[in-house]
Amino acid sequence: MKPELVIIEFLQVAALLGLAPAFAGWVKMLKCWSQGRTSPGLLQPYRDLAKLLSKDVVLAENASWIFRFTPYLVFGTAVLAGGIIPILSIDLPLAPTADVIVIVALFAIARFFTALAGMDIGTAFGGMGSSREMMIASLAEPAMLMAIFTVSLANRSTSLSQIVQVIYSGQSVIRPSLAFAFLAFVLIALAETGRIPVDNPATHLELTMVHEAMILEYSGRHLALVEWAGMMKLFLFVALGIASFAPWGIAARGSFSALPGALVYMALKLGLVGTVIVLVETGLAKMRLFRLPEFLGAAFLLSTLGMLSYFILD
Amino acid sequence: MGLNIAAQISSFLAALVLLSAFGMLVQKRINGLINLFAWQGLFLSINTALVGYFAGKHHLYISSLLTLSLKVVLLPYILHVLVDRLKIRKEVESVVNIPTTMLIGIALVIFSYHLMAPVRELSTLITRSTLAIALATVMIGLLMMITRKHAVTQIIGFLALENGLFFAATSATYGMPLVVELGVALDVLIAAFIFGIFFFHINTAFDSLDVEQMARLKEED
Repeated sequence: MKPELVIIEFLQVAALLGLAPAFAGWVKMLKCWSQGRTSPGLLQPYRDLAKLLSKDVVLAENASWIFRFTPYLVFGTAVLAGGIIPILSIDLPLAPTADVIVIVALFAIARFFTALAGMDIGTAFGGMGSSREMMIASLAEPAMLMAIFTVSLANRSTSLSQIVQVIYSGQSVIRPSLAFAFLAFVLIALAETGRIPVDNPATHLELTMVHEAMILEYSGRHLALVEWAGMMKLFLFVALGIASFAPWGIAARGSFSALPGALVYMALKLGLVGTVIVLVETGLAKMRLFRLPEFLGAAFLLSTLGMLSYFILD
Repeated sequence: MGLNIAAQISSFLAALVLLSAFGMLVQKRINGLINLFAWQGLFLSINTALVGYFAGKHHLYISSLLTLSLKVVLLPYILHVLVDRLKIRKEVESVVNIPTTMLIGIALVIFSYHLMAPVRELSTLITRSTLAIALATVMIGLLMMITRKHAVTQIIGFLALENGLFFAATSATYGMPLVVELGVALDVLIAAFIFGIFFFHINTAFDSLDVEQMARLKEED
């Protein structure tokens, strides 16, 4: 293995760690502007993280090892996923180790432990958040896998790097199946990353919070890791969407000369996606929890139609 | 090459027709339902014109225009006026709940794919792969008529079924003869007017458009 590739791998993970808070800050900034408020600026998430990292951890007396272990696991899975998904280059040493189904499983592990940690302390909110999160997960994951199967079928591989390569080499074809899978993916990504209309990342209102309810008991560096992992998850879902539906710009070869271009393309796409997220969040209200099965059912329907139209039409 | 792209665009439009059929199946509000019906007509009309252009069958332009004027403009307008006059504001009730209906719909698509797979092998037209979608649209229209209780939604289901038949004709044989299509278009138009009159009568007789009320017509014993 060339040392160059290893360095690129490290650079990509560093870009993920460094840019995920900036992306979260960008979304927050646009949201503030669209609602006529003054924004705290692009750097506010960094300041938040720095503040949390310097604070002491307050642990409940009955917290078990699960509670203390979860932030590291959630953070670790996000970093690992960032090493596999082609964000800057497709020529990654880690890419052959895991395909896109494993990435879904990585997110599922993180979610499973977050839900356990929410219940671990034994407060009412944690349990409520966990139960809601698992309901969303049980509905979102089949749809997610179905969308991913459609993309994998259309590109004849479940490995993300291979998918990007096939898209690069293939002639441009209009595929209805991919359009359906893309729509489904957008709905699922909104649900998985806890954005409006599924969950509101900015609220601590008892009745509506899902993800915030689970991590209510965290403080100090634990909270910093969980928050950072949350930002990375948003970043990674966008990167996953880009890699499977519109990868143009990701470096096809592992060389340093291709990286600046890939970085510029990535920043442009992230900026665009951030704008779309803000438009969606400003235009929609949060759904009632019991309407979520319909929302995620629509995602499942779309991804299934994508799969069917792959067989019928393509 | 041109034919290949035509087949791709045609299958894309077919996918949109199927999507709007599913949209109608799960839509609860009656105005949204009518709008989705109009969208389906629009996709159908574009598809027909496209097939007519690439297959060199110019009478398809006329059927495309007929579809556009009837199913995109006139019928949705009539239905909107009806809904306004009858003051239907309630959400549409269905016999089976929405997720189950959706799953039955998916099963119907798979069924029609299996049914149409041999036909697809025999056909040489550019639209051959959309045949299964057309059959699925017909079946979803039927499903809608069965699962909805409201008279107006049942009519929209019937019209969606007719859309599916028209689509099937276009994709199986590049459309029916023009005389037949004109006749069918006229039939649908007349049917819409007659339905309208029926709605008013049902509404005055039962104070509701819920067809379950008609069980009251049975003689008690």
